[in-house]
Amino acid sequence: MKKYICTVCSYIYDPATGDPDGNIAPGTPFEMIPDTWVCPQCGVTKEMFKETI
Amino acid sequence: MSAVKIKEGVYWVGVVDWNVRSFHGHTYNTKRGTTYNSYLIVDEKIALIDSVYAPFSKELLANISEIVPLEKIDYMVVNHVEGDHSGAVPEVLKYCPKAKVIGTEKCKLGMNKNYYGSWDWQTVKTGDKISLGKNTLAFVEAPMLHWPDSMFTYIPELELLMPNDAFGQHISTSKRFDDEIDQGELMDEAAAYYANILLPFSPLVLRKIEEVVKMGIKINMIAPSHGIIWRKDPAKIINAYVKWAKNETTDKVVIAYETMWKSTELMAKTIGDGISSTGVKVVIANISEVDKTNVIKEMLDAKGYLLGSSTHGNDMLPALAGFLSFLKDMKPKGRIGAAFGSYGWAGGAAKSIESVLTAAGVEIVQPLIQCQFVPDKAELKKLFEYGVEFGNKIKKSDANCVFCKG
Repeated sequence: MKKYICTVCSYIYDPATGDPDGNIAPGTPFEMIPDTWVCPQCGVTKEMFKETI
Repeated sequence: MSAVKIKEGVYWVGVVDWNVRSFHGHTYNTKRGTTYNSYLIVDEKIALIDSVYAPFSKELLANISEIVPLEKIDYMVVNHVEGDHSGAVPEVLKYCPKAKVIGTEKCKLGMNKNYYGSWDWQTVKTGDKISLGKNTLAFVEAPMLHWPDSMFTYIPELELLMPNDAFGQHISTSKRFDDEIDQGELMDEAAAYYANILLPFSPLVLRKIEEVVKMGIKINMIAPSHGIIWRKDPAKIINAYVKWAKNETTDKVVIAYETMWKSTELMAKTIGDGISSTGVKVVIANISEVDKTNVIKEMLDAKGYLLGSSTHGNDMLPALAGFLSFLKDMKPKGRIGAAFGSYGWAGGAAKSIESVLTAAGVEIVQPLIQCQFVPDKAELKKLFEYGVEFGNKIKKSDANCVFCKG
């Protein structure tokens, strides 16, 4: 599964770990995260993320 | 204050703001004032690293002029776009016709959106370098430490790190170095700074320190943009940051509350006595009376948070609500807590507090406790026991250092 990086603060969303604090279970692909989710680091919305390696 | 030489060819040309007591609007009480540190590097080329808050522009210009004529500045390095550091940049650039402005891409966007100047920019990213002659400016992007645009400037030849807000403290003093001031006061302000500004970015702090270590950067002086310069013991503040970023806590509870007719206050003190009887340290604060910045600082190494309020309408009182909103933003990790409060008829404050604490990531380990009007003898006994139970949970809790558990 692909990782995504926040273009504002460089937080990396890793589907393997998810974002339990933001109610995103480990194993959730980025595409499946609801649009209401925000970057746990700086608070911007999902569209500010881009694919990374 | 006049310019102060901090290393060969490097001068502090900042200003001391002795009188500021509210910072970031009213989110940070700067009880000891602050400084805005700006550094002038004099080499074959001349660079100014960061500026000061705009109302102090003239003092900055006077300090620079003691060392070099303003028009000789070749580079205006902007590590961070926030006004307390970039405020005087437009004024500086009026007198430096050949100066190139250096910053990250995000810094450039932010500067343009703040000041709308038409300046000669050179954007930089991690790994980029600018030679000044004998010395080199090397840049390390540091997003969210403290804003997305933030970066560190490092001079390898001098082993000097200028990390802007990181490692800073709000202290106004005529002294410039760590070995010249009281260590308790220094670490107290460094902790307040971390707790109130950097705590939410703790994972990034750890990652950045790791990255800097891997890069093999040698540091014998850290010159932040607020407060004193770490020259005697830069490792002291780095080690403290690692400890704080790992959310390492001690057997300590902060009880913060707001009260109407002192009933919730009586609850706070009685629970506090119970906790104290278990040997756990307690700090009690009426949030509408005391310095909130200091309470957040006390929470930095506290394992337990107890929050209480009288019920007004069906909810908590407004100062506590504001405080909780700030605490939630600070994203404390690995803490345990509970809610309490007095009420007249329906109640609601304690329940509301409990839900905010949960949303803030605090693990609720005891059901909320409430008293109607004024606690009677039996209720006081219950409150004391509630404190004993909480104190014992603190001693048993493995909430300490969530990151250490891997």
